[in-house]
Amino acid sequence: MPYKWDFSLVVNYAHFWVKGLAVTLAYSAGTVLGGLIIGVICGMLLLYRRRWVTLPIHFYVELFRCTPLLVQIVWFYFALPIVLQVELPAWFAAGIGLTLYMGAFSTEIFRGGIISIDKGQWQASRALGMTGGEMMRHIILPQAIKRMVPPFVNQSIIQLKNTSLLYVVAIPDLMYTGSIIVSDTFRPLEVYTSVAIAYFVVLYPLTLWAARLEARVDQ
Amino acid sequence: MTNDVMVRVEGLRKSYGAVEAVRGVSLDVRRGQAVVIIGPSGCGKSTFLRCINLLEEPSAGTLQVGERSIDFGKRHTMPRGRDLARFRARIGMVFQQFDLFPHMTALRNVMSGPVIVKKMPTAQAEAIARDLLAKVGLGAFTERYPRELSGGQQQRVAIARAMAMEPQLMLFDEVTSALDPELVGEVLDVMKQLAAEGTTMIVVTHEMNFARDVADHVVVMDGGQVVEHGAAEEVLLQPKNPRTQAFLSRFHGSIAART
Ligand SMILES: Nc1ncnc2c1ncn2[C@@H]1O[C@H](COP(=O)(O)OP(=O)(O)OP(=O)(O)O)[C@@H](O)[C@H]1O
Ligand SMILES: [Mg+2]
Repeated sequence: MPYKWDFSLVVNYAHFWVKGLAVTLAYSAGTVLGGLIIGVICGMLLLYRRRWVTLPIHFYVELFRCTPLLVQIVWFYFALPIVLQVELPAWFAAGIGLTLYMGAFSTEIFRGGIISIDKGQWQASRALGMTGGEMMRHIILPQAIKRMVPPFVNQSIIQLKNTSLLYVVAIPDLMYTGSIIVSDTFRPLEVYTSVAIAYFVVLYPLTLWAARLEARVDQ
Repeated sequence: MTNDVMVRVEGLRKSYGAVEAVRGVSLDVRRGQAVVIIGPSGCGKSTFLRCINLLEEPSAGTLQVGERSIDFGKRHTMPRGRDLARFRARIGMVFQQFDLFPHMTALRNVMSGPVIVKKMPTAQAEAIARDLLAKVGLGAFTERYPRELSGGQQQRVAIARAMAMEPQLMLFDEVTSALDPELVGEVLDVMKQLAAEGTTMIVVTHEMNFARDVADHVVVMDGGQVVEHGAAEEVLLQPKNPRTQAFLSRFHGSIAART
């Protein structure tokens, strides 16, 4: 007997979906923005080449790149409040892992963008008598930011997908909302298909945009 | 020391770890003089030049440019930060690979020093830049980006960019080596004109005819040291040091006597 699809159940939960999508987008935007700020600060500090500055940053970056994000989320949600001996709001504790994860990759993207600028640009700026700040602001960053944008957009797309891991700590994002609806309706096929479609509809235009950005930088 | 001396270098050394690229070079350049440095590849010419505007920090010796003198044996005399930037601002440098700023037009490149470093009003900087670009024969190319210019044109923009700072001294490091042969002349002509106008310059080059025509003084380096120096005609046509003779023999007879 062929399976009878029934999406009407799914549609009945419209306002749950909207809320779930809103949570997913809010966590994506918030953690991407937080990660960007961390990335710019740490990336800048890495340029200082003093070991006591760079060593802790490298340690941070590698720690977050070399442990699974799922472990990070769970750790910050369950373990951090114990370590700090404070009550952290659940939504906040859940977001820290995602933010620091994005921060680690953003740091690499920022540093990579800066050091990709030809050394001739640095020496020409210095030879003209620019200070470090003038050189960064007028010569290096304008060129480097153009190169940072595509990898940053790509990482943000990955980040949006990664927010689905918040499911394990019961943050009512798109994925978790789906699981709630499934337990209500016992229709996993329709529900999880809808979840996938929702992610796709949001992300596909973003990937197209990222590809366009990349093409622009290459020329 | 007379006011006449623009650059005085004594016992300058620069090591990279175990490699000593410059081993005790001394040199005086008087105001308005053009000094040409020649020598085999890897002998330390670039390193020496980069020490003069402190793109490299020398390991030992003393350096005086204009009024400012620095003793590298005494670390506190080495300028840092803004002070270092100001020191470099008075010295122009042009590189083998042009190193123009690709996100700026030719005009903006030439304006960059006055506007960014000297904080000169844009209109005033633009006037200076337009004059300089016209002078190097690029008056019609002000709005072009570097990628839209030939190598020879880019290098002339780079010279104008350095000159826009009204430097006391210009350094040229093999500025024609990356150019197609037919474009070398246009760049050398600009440099000749600058020399004729009394620009103080130190030029590293393999263009022996340029050296013969323009240099007041030729310095031959080998193994990080000066092995011979003197008037261009003497050094290029009657070299005394065997290492100079060996080096110049590669240019077999292409150096004609000054006509
Ligand atoms: N940043 C550096 N680190 C280590 N060694 C260096 C560095 N820069 C230069 N050297 C070494 O110092 C020596 C002198 O190099 P330099 O570039 O000054 O020579 P050059 O006379 O300009 O040569 P060329 O004619 O090929 O440009 C070489 O042995 C080179 O390998
Ligand atoms: Mg060199």
